[in-house]
Amino acid sequence: MSFWSRHQIFEKNSIILVAGILVVIAIGGLVEITPLFYLKSTIEKVDGVRPYTPLELAGRNVYVREGCYLCHSQMVRPLRDEIERYGHYSLAAESMYDHPFQWGSKRTGPDLARVGGKYSDEWHVTHLNNPRAIVPQSVMPGYAFLSQTEVDEASVADHLRANRAVGVPYTDDQVANAVADLKAQADPDNAGVDAFAKRYPKAVTRNFDAKGGAPTEMDALVAYLQMLGTLVDFKLYNEKANLR
Amino acid sequence: MTQSPTAKSMTHGEAGLVLVFSLTAFFCLLAVAKAQDTAFAFHAALSSAASLWAVIAIVNRYFARPSSLPPQEIHGRPNYNMGPIKFAAVMSVIWGIAGFAVGVLIASQLAWPSLNLDLPWTSFGRLRPLHTSAVIFAFGGNVLIATSLYVVQKTCRARLAGDLAPWFVVIGYNFFILIAGTGYLLGVTQSKEYAEPEWYADLWLTIVWVVYLLVFLVTIIKRKEPHIFVANWFYLAFIVTIAVLHLGNNPALPVSVFGSKSYIAWGGVQDAMFQWWYGHNAVGFFLTAGFLAIMYYFIPKRAERPVYSYRLSIIHFWALIFLYIWAGPHHLHYTALPDWAQTLGMTFSIMLWMPSWGGMINGLMTLSGAWDKLRTDPVLRMLVVSVAFYGMSTFEGPMMSIKVVNSLSHYTDWTIGHVHSGALGWVGFVSFGALYCLIPWLWDRKGLYSLKLVNWHFWTATIGIVLYISAMWVSGILQGLMWRAYTSLGFLEYSFIETVEAMHPFYIIRAAGGALFLIGSLIMAYNLWMTVRAGEAEVQSPVALQPAE
Repeated sequence: MSFWSRHQIFEKNSIILVAGILVVIAIGGLVEITPLFYLKSTIEKVDGVRPYTPLELAGRNVYVREGCYLCHSQMVRPLRDEIERYGHYSLAAESMYDHPFQWGSKRTGPDLARVGGKYSDEWHVTHLNNPRAIVPQSVMPGYAFLSQTEVDEASVADHLRANRAVGVPYTDDQVANAVADLKAQADPDNAGVDAFAKRYPKAVTRNFDAKGGAPTEMDALVAYLQMLGTLVDFKLYNEKANLR
Repeated sequence: MTQSPTAKSMTHGEAGLVLVFSLTAFFCLLAVAKAQDTAFAFHAALSSAASLWAVIAIVNRYFARPSSLPPQEIHGRPNYNMGPIKFAAVMSVIWGIAGFAVGVLIASQLAWPSLNLDLPWTSFGRLRPLHTSAVIFAFGGNVLIATSLYVVQKTCRARLAGDLAPWFVVIGYNFFILIAGTGYLLGVTQSKEYAEPEWYADLWLTIVWVVYLLVFLVTIIKRKEPHIFVANWFYLAFIVTIAVLHLGNNPALPVSVFGSKSYIAWGGVQDAMFQWWYGHNAVGFFLTAGFLAIMYYFIPKRAERPVYSYRLSIIHFWALIFLYIWAGPHHLHYTALPDWAQTLGMTFSIMLWMPSWGGMINGLMTLSGAWDKLRTDPVLRMLVVSVAFYGMSTFEGPMMSIKVVNSLSHYTDWTIGHVHSGALGWVGFVSFGALYCLIPWLWDRKGLYSLKLVNWHFWTATIGIVLYISAMWVSGILQGLMWRAYTSLGFLEYSFIETVEAMHPFYIIRAAGGALFLIGSLIMAYNLWMTVRAGEAEVQSPVALQPAE
């Protein structure tokens, strides 16, 4: 029986053909994906990475909803020009609580992995309202409508719970106080600010959109943008310890 | 299933589906009442209405049909089931035009940002997934479903399995597209590229896809031919693998069962790997394996020549599906994905060049002895040029997966250009070629309304593609080089916005190229419409293709 006629077993038996296809396509995925879940070197050991605050998470959901990831990456590659333009290259640990990840695949606009703290809140609000008011050559759409919509308070705790169920380490305390934390972060005069700061170390409390009232989607998005890439202190980061 | 001709009763399938859809209509109505967000309420209402329509349609069909189901054979010849295929073929043309039009719109938005109108529903970020899903899953998907259900019947000489099942597949799939597309406009997305639909749309697609697999597989099982024809191997690999990819990439936990938002089970680096394992193999199995099946049936049929090499098709098939699945990490070069995974992805991507070109050679050499037909038959020319584009982009792809090349090309328009040389040149042209063959066959027409119009379509679209991809090559490489340019004093030479400004002329050329491609598809739609409306009827039915031995 020649090699070629042996192949007839696949051509004459549809179930064997399907089984053959399944085996052949399973190998690559299994080899490339499964080790990422148990190799300890996959995610670096760093201090400072924490789950998103309720307001930041709401902002992140706006970022996802509006498809920002289609034009902005959040992944600085370890190349000279990118490190000089954007900052330290991105670590896997920095996005370990991202469900889903937002690394992106295209830079029609600049990378945002380390945009936090680069510009003022006012810059962001003005720029989101009308990008060309600040950057005349920009091709970004305007997002003035974000200021019109308040963040939905009723579902905030459910969002934290869903995140916890898929592996983000929110504490019971954080889930129970989700609505209070949402309000506190957008209002520096709020009575809950201290308790909020304890639950989310290094989180910034500001009136991001400089408007009164309940937190808007603009507050949320700016809060999210302003924390991007700020959690890890790279002065303290031990690069050698995480060589892989 | 078998009944006496006098007593008419509902089949198990009809009764079962009426029951299931009645329940679905009720529960979806309940979901409207309890919905957490307007998008979910809208989709639940749509689903309820569609389920109700399905119940009415099934009951009406039952009363209109004779007491026995259509026979498997008439006078010893298979009684092919062409209704669902006609539906999918028509939908593919409609979705194609819609998808290309949205493409032209978003290309123009990048050249003239005021076209975003600063409204939520019309901004680039929401329209881009609409464009990609409309062209890949709505246009491409309907072409694949239509051709696969046609080819599997003809090459197995058997009627399509199931009575309502094929209709469930084609209508159910298009309903998935409707849910996905309206969802994007309303901001419903899980932000996984080419897998944006949310959890409930994903669940629905899973059901439809399993039925699709069953219809296809059972038709193969009841075949009258000893061998399974090579095109069906590729269709089968496409259907099976897309199911695996869909299930692997999309597990998610909804925030509420009455809300549209969910969080994906995977996080960070693992999610990135899952996503591009899915994303690249959506290219590999949806846009490649499925359309290679079209190549293996329609080119031999149109050229009236056998497939060039049986052995090459065996090697092509197994090597292609084995290697493709490894290539995902080349989308994540230099990222926080571990280096070993990046290296594996690059290695297998380069190896993938070989089976890809093996397939291209098998397709092109099928024309041996029939090359003269390229001069006289614009449909065959379209099919052959599609294979040439396939060869070009499957060379470009492995090249771009080399890490040093990727460090320049990644994040730029070069990727967009690469994708479109494959999508417009290969997937688009092979689909157009298949539709030009399929529509006259389905409606029993002697031939197309006008070959001259096919010629016009061919040249308009080809010029459009050339404008598109060359503009993207130049803008991509230009921007990549500008990002890394240094002055003699060691400073970065360009600010980011200067590199955006430099893209403007190329974005205009790209939009013009896309517009030409769109015009070509409108010419096709008119031609196909006239073929159905005014074409000369064919007397006898076409003969089945000989299986590869």
